[in-house]
Amino acid sequence: MSKLNRRQFLAATALATGGALMTSRLAFATMDSNSTSRFVFIILRGALDGLMAAPPYGDPDYARLRRELAIGVPGSAGGAIQLDNLFGLHPSLQFLGESYAARELTVFHAIASPYRERSHFDGQDVLENGFVRPHASQSGWLNRALAAVPADRSRSRKELGVALGQNVPLVMRGPATVASWSPSKLAALDDDTLERITDLYARDPLLSKRLADAMAANAIASEAQEDAVDETGMMAAPSPEMRDKADAADKSTLLARTEKGNARGGARYTEVIRAAAGFLRKDDGPQIAVFDATGWDTHANEGAALGQLSARLGALDAGLRTLKEQLGPVWRDTAVLIATEFGRTAAVNGTRGTDHGTGAAAFLLGGAVAGGRVIADWPGLAASNLFEGRDLRPTLDIRSVMKGVLADHVRVPSAALEREVFPDSATARPLTGLVRA
Amino acid sequence: MQEPFATAIAANRFGLGAMPGELDAMRGQPREWLIAQLKGAPPVVTDSSLRSSSDVLSEALELRRERRAAAGAAADAPAESGADPSSPGGRAANIQKPLKVAQLYRPRYIDEATARLRHAATTDRPFVERLTQFWANHFAVSIDKVAVLGLAGAFEREAIRPYVLGSFTDLLLAVEQHPAMLLYLDNSLSVGPTSRAAQVAQRRGAERKIGINENLAREIFELHTLGVNGGYTQQDVTTFAEVLTGWSIGDGAFTFRERLHEPGAKTVLGKRYPQSDQSQGEAVLRDIAAKPATAHFIATKLARHFIADDPPSVAVERIAKAFTKSHGDLPTVYRALVDSNAAWSAPLSKFKTPSDYIVSTYRALDLPVDRTRRGLASFELLGQRTYSPGSPAGWPDRSADWDGASALMKRIEWADAVGQRVGTRHNAADLAPSLLGGTLSADTRMALARAASGSQALTLLLTSPEFLRR
Repeated sequence: MSKLNRRQFLAATALATGGALMTSRLAFATMDSNSTSRFVFIILRGALDGLMAAPPYGDPDYARLRRELAIGVPGSAGGAIQLDNLFGLHPSLQFLGESYAARELTVFHAIASPYRERSHFDGQDVLENGFVRPHASQSGWLNRALAAVPADRSRSRKELGVALGQNVPLVMRGPATVASWSPSKLAALDDDTLERITDLYARDPLLSKRLADAMAANAIASEAQEDAVDETGMMAAPSPEMRDKADAADKSTLLARTEKGNARGGARYTEVIRAAAGFLRKDDGPQIAVFDATGWDTHANEGAALGQLSARLGALDAGLRTLKEQLGPVWRDTAVLIATEFGRTAAVNGTRGTDHGTGAAAFLLGGAVAGGRVIADWPGLAASNLFEGRDLRPTLDIRSVMKGVLADHVRVPSAALEREVFPDSATARPLTGLVRA
Repeated sequence: MQEPFATAIAANRFGLGAMPGELDAMRGQPREWLIAQLKGAPPVVTDSSLRSSSDVLSEALELRRERRAAAGAAADAPAESGADPSSPGGRAANIQKPLKVAQLYRPRYIDEATARLRHAATTDRPFVERLTQFWANHFAVSIDKVAVLGLAGAFEREAIRPYVLGSFTDLLLAVEQHPAMLLYLDNSLSVGPTSRAAQVAQRRGAERKIGINENLAREIFELHTLGVNGGYTQQDVTTFAEVLTGWSIGDGAFTFRERLHEPGAKTVLGKRYPQSDQSQGEAVLRDIAAKPATAHFIATKLARHFIADDPPSVAVERIAKAFTKSHGDLPTVYRALVDSNAAWSAPLSKFKTPSDYIVSTYRALDLPVDRTRRGLASFELLGQRTYSPGSPAGWPDRSADWDGASALMKRIEWADAVGQRVGTRHNAADLAPSLLGGTLSADTRMALARAASGSQALTLLLTSPEFLRR
């Protein structure tokens, strides 16, 4: 049962009750062989502070540089969630901590794209275009990767990828057809008007394509929403365990506040994450989803265990938990890469924040991930080791992670990876073994 | 070029979308119609509800004082008094329930965004308003920072509007010294590492580090003047940030706080600045405003906004040259833009931003702008909530940033809602030529004539390819 989603199970039982037991088994097999890996790319725009999200609490220079922004050692009040003897996770990242323990999370540190300047906008462009320079391409690496997936594996999928947002970000622009979807609060049009608009766009290739894509995405999303309604209908009342948790939360005001904050922050991403899961759950839906989250540019009053960035991290963490819950059995086949354009200064600045830096942290999460590891060639935070005397020195090229995941998980042929997806990336050898075999 | 085509370009590409009668008012002279709008003082946006940024900031300060006092009173009050709402202590606690700054700012924001929409929907100098919105986006602040929520509209009225028909240098100085920008890019608390304030703090053994915040300095170089490849280094950013220490806020207005300023002469972009006060930063701004890289960067952005995503370099060069020769006299720069043939000959290449799209619909249909949620909700729904670009780079300005499938569907659904609401009041087939002139296609004309109802005809007009683009 765990290998089937609900609809497949119902289809299978319907066949079984009809007496065609063999057929139903065949149906299982067919579905199983059809099951494909799912990949989600989340862009954190604004430069996430990697030394806050994944604090190197064991580095002898960390507390000195970070002062009041330093996260305490594991076990202390507001301390880090321990990963190993050097690294921890920010205490707001509870779900990521659990995932690490379950070997479903790999943390990368001192990681960076080839970009070495400090403009957000150029940095994001390089993170998305897959080249070594900003504005080198009008298409993104993920779209080019999709275009390179052999045709027989993509059969029956109209769109291989979906961007959750009104518009498609650079990383998903390019030759492969992708869908975009965002929640609507408006009434749907009547079919006659829609048909007339379709006719009106007949001689406008761009608009007719966009309209067709939108109608296809709406069809998938409305099916996904029907599924979601079904699932809620099936869900039981809150379990005793959940009620206990709520009671305990009431007793501790701090905890209650944090949980409430997380719940509210979690709502920030809930709708988009439910939609993403809806797309990815479908057997003939897109295999790849992209969305972005903003608000990481913490120049002032960044906070530490509590505060501005803590709340954002908590919301992201809650959103990722929702993604896992919503994906259900598909989580097993899913890898989620969470990355940002660059890191932030090693030292705190004059306004209790951090300025634009270089080396960052990234996360690979999911049931398909061979996790429970921190992958970092740690350069250290001693003054002489800092990049340009101020930033965490990057020692890992993020394209190595992207190439490793695309090769082993999305099955993009390695020749295409080197030639079309990441040109000039010979120095960034793909990391192997990031996902379970 | 055919005149009906040129008048439609003037109204829709350079303006904010035609109002009925606007094309006729050009009397066959679209360029002259645009140039005439550049004469005289820029229009002022007024409404009795609007407050100055210094009033808003004073209110916020007052609120903070009250909250602090309330927090003190609550701590002093005996614990059981809160249990009985009829007791004096209980009532006091209710009255003093602290108001958050965001609650104070939100009505300011709604008033400002409403006044902005009303002005854009009705102005008879739409070219000036498009330029105003261009500059407001060039010098973007964003309300996702709460401090900006109450100030974004006042910032536009105080630091952008009065300067859009003046010199770029004056505009730049007004923007960088406005409290909204100083708060948005974190400069108000940036402290020189050897300033008097830092020395005092160190003597007292201050816990927190005293130093600079380089956010404003970097974005001035990268986004406001030279552009990212404009030839500055990390050292220039750091030193310029030191130059700008002390640029702060007091009594709701720009104040130079010498105690925070990093003392001494400093070298930025190879030039030494010996000044010891705010004139040091002003001198740097004047110099970078005059750099060729700035002229080129501004010219490229203007050409991208008005002509095409990738504008012809001859047009960019022409505008940049006008910028340099006139020392950044903005009307001269705009005239060079209007005189560039590419601006008139390019097809309707720009997909309207959601804001353009909404404003042009308001103008086309003379929709009323009242202070209700509906007007502002449209911007949010279509993906461009007023004053919320989310980053100091402002809203993106390429068609691919706005023409996504889901974005198009939202627009169609919104247009359909407008059609349902007011479609019976308009005759779309008659209206279309007065809005779109020579850009109206035969296909659209026919679709309007054959529509099943007045509201459907209006929906088709608003979703036609030539109304979606400019």
